[in-house]
Amino acid sequence: MLRVARGYGLGAATAEDVVQEAWLRVLRSLDRFEGRSSFRTWLFVILGNCARRRATTERRSVSLDSGGGTAEPAVAESRFFPADHPRWAGMWTTLVDSWDSIPEERLLAEETRKRFRASLDALPARYTVVFVLRDVEGWPSEDVCALLDLTPENQRVLLHRARVRIRSALEEYFEERG
Amino acid sequence: MSDQPFSCQQVVELVTDYLEDGLDPDQRLAFEQHVAVCPPCRGYFSQLRLIARTAGTLSEEDVPEPLRESLLDAFRDWTAGPRKS
Repeated sequence: MLRVARGYGLGAATAEDVVQEAWLRVLRSLDRFEGRSSFRTWLFVILGNCARRRATTERRSVSLDSGGGTAEPAVAESRFFPADHPRWAGMWTTLVDSWDSIPEERLLAEETRKRFRASLDALPARYTVVFVLRDVEGWPSEDVCALLDLTPENQRVLLHRARVRIRSALEEYFEERG
Repeated sequence: MSDQPFSCQQVVELVTDYLEDGLDPDQRLAFEQHVAVCPPCRGYFSQLRLIARTAGTLSEEDVPEPLRESLLDAFRDWTAGPRKS
């Protein structure tokens, strides 16, 4: 939770305050928890609201999509032919396995899930929140945009970045295991 | 078909926009035409779609351990706090 709060650009002490505040709100409104989402999701939504409000009042507000203007590439540049290549500029230099041949039992195996979890944990908080709400909890994008105060475009950017980072981690894992 | 407006490097950035219906009709068509004839991009597309689909099978116990720990800590601190005073 602290990490999520810090993800909104809050300092360590303020982030701790915000986590406490979020817990207070959660405990006070437990009877309004409808079970539409998991408890964890609900908690994160409340935490996000508290953190955002605090970030705004501190005038240190950092938008969810901040963190450098330059977008990180989905795939390392080294895997494509350079832009000045006469024929294959921007095309893959390597093959990409579709993972279709990986048996389902391996995809759902504990070891794979462990890697999945580890890659999720390594994501910046703002990617995790969007990924968990959309892909893990299955929320519709409109709800996620409304709750996190995101434009549809920014929500897609965050979701995409989360997915591509998880993809890279899993690709590494599948390749090292052969 | 011969005129491909997207490079592979562009296509990999557009997969989520495509899946989320965030491309305009021309881009959508160009994306589909590229993926249809480009095996590595097709592989990449399948990978991301698989991640989006299988993430839903993660359960509560798949919450990253440190995240769960910090949650529990925060809860312990909170419950300990009011009682002391």
